[in-house]
Amino acid sequence: MQTAHDSPRAGSNVSLPERAYRIRRNALRMGEVQGQGYIAQALGVADVLAVSYFHAMRFRPDDPEWEERDRFLLSIGHYAIALYAALIEAGILPEDELETYGCDDSRLPMSGMAAYTPGMEITGGSLGHGLGIAVGIGLGLKRKGSRSFVYNLFSDGELDEGSTWEAALSAGSHRLDNLIGIVDVNGMQADGPSLGILNFEPLGAKFEAFGWFVQRVDGNDIPALVAAFDAARNHAEARPRIIICDTTMGKGVPFLEARERNHFLRVEADEWQQALKVLAEGRDASEGRTP
Amino acid sequence: MRRSKYERPAHLTGESGGPRLTTSAMIASLAAPGQRTQSAPFGHALAALAHERPEIVGLSADLAKYTDLHIFAKEHPDRFYQMGMAEQVLMSAAAGLAREGFLPFATTYAVFAARRAYDFICMAIAEEGLNVKIVCALPGLTTGYGPSHQATEDIAIFRGLPNLTIIDPCDAHEITQAVPAIAAHPGAVYMRLLRGNVPLVLDEYGYTFEVGKAKTIRDGRDVLIISSGLMTMRALEAADALKADGIDAGVLHVATIKPLDEATILREAGRGGRLVVVAENHTVVGGLGEAVAATLLRNGTVPHGFRQIGLPDAFLDAGALPTLHDRYGISTSAMAGSIRAWL
Repeated sequence: MQTAHDSPRAGSNVSLPERAYRIRRNALRMGEVQGQGYIAQALGVADVLAVSYFHAMRFRPDDPEWEERDRFLLSIGHYAIALYAALIEAGILPEDELETYGCDDSRLPMSGMAAYTPGMEITGGSLGHGLGIAVGIGLGLKRKGSRSFVYNLFSDGELDEGSTWEAALSAGSHRLDNLIGIVDVNGMQADGPSLGILNFEPLGAKFEAFGWFVQRVDGNDIPALVAAFDAARNHAEARPRIIICDTTMGKGVPFLEARERNHFLRVEADEWQQALKVLAEGRDASEGRTP
Repeated sequence: MRRSKYERPAHLTGESGGPRLTTSAMIASLAAPGQRTQSAPFGHALAALAHERPEIVGLSADLAKYTDLHIFAKEHPDRFYQMGMAEQVLMSAAAGLAREGFLPFATTYAVFAARRAYDFICMAIAEEGLNVKIVCALPGLTTGYGPSHQATEDIAIFRGLPNLTIIDPCDAHEITQAVPAIAAHPGAVYMRLLRGNVPLVLDEYGYTFEVGKAKTIRDGRDVLIISSGLMTMRALEAADALKADGIDAGVLHVATIKPLDEATILREAGRGGRLVVVAENHTVVGGLGEAVAATLLRNGTVPHGFRQIGLPDAFLDAGALPTLHDRYGISTSAMAGSIRAWL
């Protein structure tokens, strides 16, 4: 079984909160290019991505298709802004491409696609696809005797899709202990609050009934995420693992957290710099620094 | 036109003779009495090929017995995945296995692949150019169970999908050759499948299957029948029947619907003086007939008449296959009758 020490970044002297801060900063800078977008999701999921890429996963920045890497599948195509931000921080994408986000000929399209971007494993966007692909990759890794994990980050909105539950049943039946699902429960979908769209609760009990090892954590609590990812990787039973992450949309920028309709945020031109400033102040305050 | 469900059957009310044939089993053999057949050509061909190609895996959505994949599963049990009656994850998981370097054959009925799993075939497989072979039973009108199982529009659905090769084989001889050929062909392939006791026809014509090639099976002066799938065996039988009337019909078999072998079709249709008849086990909307018509028109090739033999743009009846094939004009006799009338 893999341990945390296998992660090439576990020994880095850059802290996980600092990684999460930089992911948020990268995302805001990309959001500014378009003036609007899925920025609230990116801010909300930044801690999950920081722990995934800088604590849990094995990868080589200079070889994104390294055979022994852990696979990270982003089924939520519109979260690409968040994943690009993490891939930049991970050194897989160059930072200066931030300014091309969503522009013609960019390698960073608004909706994530495998053919466009190094480090982007699958084409997302048609929601409810990632977990099924993860089942196939999990089966394939086992056939090869690989010890890599396949992670799938999906959203609470994708719980509405029947295909997610087909895949959940399949992963449980095939006892895929190399599959780690991460659900970002940020509580907001295109038409409004998630639980008002379809009530997927009690979520943990559902996955438990489908044969999964279930954990539910505050997805903006980095120590809790670290413990959950470690437990998911080291769990002894032959079951797929799910980490249900309750996150806050817009996390780290209070005036964006306070927006009610935040699935697709419109941010005024002068607010981007304000958001970056508030974000940096929050980071300094949590580290006891004086701005 | 189907009778109202509130009217009793005609033979019980004295309006017509005795009861019709009984509904064919879900997967009825298409073989005529006495016709040579071969059992489970797909299953046997895949099981044999898998000995040479260790990367081949087979996936079923609770229909292994009905797609002949059970032959493969029995011979290679550790390479068979039962995905359950869940066509979306069947296709997604096949994509995942292909990503990891395996060569998945994903099997179900054509209706379920085309209608139920389309988005997954589109985005998880075709858009990413993955090497998945989708092999599906009950193409067109090959079951009497009604529209839930009759894939009358699968080709129309899949023709619009980029990065997908579409194969409609005729018989056991062709299926046996097509399995290694599509395995060797890079990228996603959709193949229509005849299973069970499958007629054996094309071996007598010295036919060899090649992906992307239309082939003349029989030459003829008066009519050129351009056909795919089981309609090629019907076309050959119809050509024999027409010969007795002094009508000389040729048959061009187009097993690869996409990419279409336009060069061969243009050359054959461009030979003067022949009526072109496109025959397909598929709705006349969006299949081989319209593909050929567009090819001819785009290239300014005008044959001596153009006709389509295919299924109507309608939800078809339930019943016995021979009855239905006659009713919808794709039986040998109906086909020969249509062509006689058109000449």
